[in-house]
Amino acid sequence: MKIILNNRKEIFKADQLTIDELIKLKKFSFRLLVTKINGKLVKKENRGNAIIVEGDTVAVIHMISGG
Amino acid sequence: MKLDAIKKLLSSKTVGIAGCGGLGSNCAVALARVGVGNIIVVDFDVIEKSNLNRQYYFYDQIGKKKSTTLKENINKINPEVNVIAIDKKLDSESITETFKDCNVIVEAFDKAEMKQMLIETVLENFPDKAIVSAIGMAGWGDNSSIKTVQHNNLFICGDQKSEVSEDNPPLAPRVGVVANLQANKVLEILLRK
Repeated sequence: MKIILNNRKEIFKADQLTIDELIKLKKFSFRLLVTKINGKLVKKENRGNAIIVEGDTVAVIHMISGG
Repeated sequence: MKLDAIKKLLSSKTVGIAGCGGLGSNCAVALARVGVGNIIVVDFDVIEKSNLNRQYYFYDQIGKKKSTTLKENINKINPEVNVIAIDKKLDSESITETFKDCNVIVEAFDKAEMKQMLIETVLENFPDKAIVSAIGMAGWGDNSSIKTVQHNNLFICGDQKSEVSEDNPPLAPRVGVVANLQANKVLEILLRK
């Protein structure tokens, strides 16, 4: 499937993925994340059952300290 | 747009700023200088000597509350700005209440956990409100890595990689650049509506 991940086109072999699976596949190792599918917030506890399909726009944004 | 028209438009706007440290104090001052009418600044902290390497406070203000002192400093620059200073540690409930009438919300916390909490709270409760967040501004140099990325109504300013640590402290130039990037994005949002 083709999706937009963090404003870039990406292709995955799978037809669908949960956000947790996507994070694992991409080897994102950040401790704190904000995740969204098609602009809608997906909280941490829902990342295991929030499904990403063809054409979705996904944001995985990592939080780091400083300000 | 002429300066008078910009001022007139901005005078009716309200911007909420969560955190009055390096990001919040500098961002608030930039917005006050251009004439944003109402600025809500929230912080529970007091000014320490170590803050003066990047935050918009003065030596004789050490020990004072950041929120109320920022109001003082802003009104010395532009007395026409209505600054609402709130001395409080924000949580998801108070974020919703404090910022409900804001046109734009600026995330200006230092801790990653607080940044996440604010972004998630706003996305959940005000899906149509714009949030301008800052991620990654520690250290010095590396100008070209600092940018702004957009995810719908969420804007992230910074390099998204430089975390603050003992060996990579936050310093005035980079923190100021990112704070002003945030202010610049806020202006873009306010002036396009």
